[in-house]
Amino acid sequence: MDLKKQLRIATRNCGFIDPECIEDYIGVRGYEALATAITAGTPADVIDVMKKSGLRGRGGGGFPTGTKWGFAAANTADQKYVVMNADEGDPGAFMDRAVLEGDPHSTVEAMAICGYAIGASIGVVYIRAEYPLAIKRLVKAIDDARASGLLGKNILGSGFDFDIELKYGAGAFVCGEETGLIRSMEGQRGEPYTKPPFPANSGYWGKPTIVNNVETFANIPAIMVKGSDWFSSIGTEKSKGTKVFALAGKIVNVGLIEVPMGITLGEIIFEIGGGCPDGKKFKAVQTGGPSGGALTFKDVDVPIDYDNLIAKGSMMGSGGMVVMDEDNCMVDVAKFFLDFTMDETCGKCTPCRIGSKRLYELLEKITLGNGVPADLDKLKMLATTIKDTALCGLGQTMPNPVLSTMATFADEYRAHIYDKKCPSGVCANLLEIVIVPEKCIGCTLCARVCPVNCIAGKVKEVHVIDQAACIKCGACIDKCKFEAIVKQ
Amino acid sequence: MPKITSIAELKKIQGEIKAKKAAAAKDKIVVNVSLATCSIASGGKTVLAAMKDEAAKQGINNVEFMMSGCMTYCHSEPTVAVALPGKDAVLFGNLDEAGARLLVEKYLKNGEVVGKVIPINYTRVEL
Repeated sequence: MDLKKQLRIATRNCGFIDPECIEDYIGVRGYEALATAITAGTPADVIDVMKKSGLRGRGGGGFPTGTKWGFAAANTADQKYVVMNADEGDPGAFMDRAVLEGDPHSTVEAMAICGYAIGASIGVVYIRAEYPLAIKRLVKAIDDARASGLLGKNILGSGFDFDIELKYGAGAFVCGEETGLIRSMEGQRGEPYTKPPFPANSGYWGKPTIVNNVETFANIPAIMVKGSDWFSSIGTEKSKGTKVFALAGKIVNVGLIEVPMGITLGEIIFEIGGGCPDGKKFKAVQTGGPSGGALTFKDVDVPIDYDNLIAKGSMMGSGGMVVMDEDNCMVDVAKFFLDFTMDETCGKCTPCRIGSKRLYELLEKITLGNGVPADLDKLKMLATTIKDTALCGLGQTMPNPVLSTMATFADEYRAHIYDKKCPSGVCANLLEIVIVPEKCIGCTLCARVCPVNCIAGKVKEVHVIDQAACIKCGACIDKCKFEAIVKQ
Repeated sequence: MPKITSIAELKKIQGEIKAKKAAAAKDKIVVNVSLATCSIASGGKTVLAAMKDEAAKQGINNVEFMMSGCMTYCHSEPTVAVALPGKDAVLFGNLDEAGARLLVEKYLKNGEVVGKVIPINYTRVEL
């Protein structure tokens, strides 16, 4: 096993330096990229490096960062803004928090570099209030940088002014969408609006605004120091550099990983992740959180990059990877993510507000065993309509978990509807817990642990579960020492 | 730190910090405890306190304790990287109060590896 599959650029300092100590950051050539850019180059030079590096937005969309900066730089305005999107909200994603808690200065430096490139003097961090330690360390980093003359007026005598303030989000998923985020920063409801105008032309308070994700920023000082050729030599043709993923779910090595673009799914799951625990079979991985889709055991040879994931009906998203094994029901998984987006929709546009609810209801109907064959067509039609008509990224991607699981696990949907069975044994209404008479020795353990007293039988005689009363909690299965109780 | 006013000054400070770090790595045991939200939740602060206390008890004076952020190994938190003088850091995981004390007694004192060692599975880009 090659242990060195990972390459750490964005997380290069996480776990190595003291995040609350500016000296530690300066010791790893911190602020050198900023200092060089503002004293020895022009804003156009910076944008040129960013364009050539091929860096694309790590928040999910994958828009080329240098191009975006170029748009904002080309606009004339009395004030421009740099915004760092730290509103990380995907279930199972925590890479932004890790970067902010482990290496806050790299993002501070990168925001200032961006400010110089586009002609902005104010940076704003939109961060969720649920990240208190990340906030504390980021605030300290900003204060220390200001005290050291690396933020503020006339930085290093260059004539460039830049300072950063924080705005706290209340933890709404939709505020991670850049237009929703801007509305929220302005004190309004976090409701997205249609683009154009793009924020690079008219964003925060109607001024040219660059919104980049934490991980995107964390890459930038490294690119500026080591050069665009170095960065563009890593990754695939259209996706350069690395991506940080949060590996979670049914995986042995739960953790944060940073891998070069183009690594295969199999390398991530089996070589870095160590496969599924307890020798279970790997079934699928949800990439891109609630906006993404499922890649399956059939996709282990797919090289991971922006375009391949989209071709597979998923998306990069911010980089959550929730791994599922043979015990996960894909209809239930789709329902889980729909439950999340249904709660998080802002309600502004109809397809998202009502569509998510109806999608969820259809999935619920199927998992309860009340599905009819026509529901499959309804699901597909509704999902496609929402995808085509919702206002913002949240709504447009919300049906992805449904569409992708329907495409790759159609047999599971059919089993729920036609056979009234849940093949993975998850959907309680579709399964029975029964005692295998040949294996039961009548020890009474199951009867004693049953919370609803639905197991009958005498000592040393075969026990029987009353199906009408059973709540399918599975407590008896865990308790039985003879593997005599099974789900079916 | 005083206000930095030029790129030359920044580079000078950078050089001084690098020299200080190199000197510490040569002569001292550097104990680096991961203290991100998740590491703290799984007991990182207890481990740090126990190691400091045990080092004092064992009379080990040439230790430099530091904290850092996420070490990326959620599966083995709390994690501690220990670099003996002049040597590469070894990463220990799944520590608790007792494990932390044992680590000081065995590894810090005698270089004897004890507990769970996590293999390094990445290449770090250093600037």
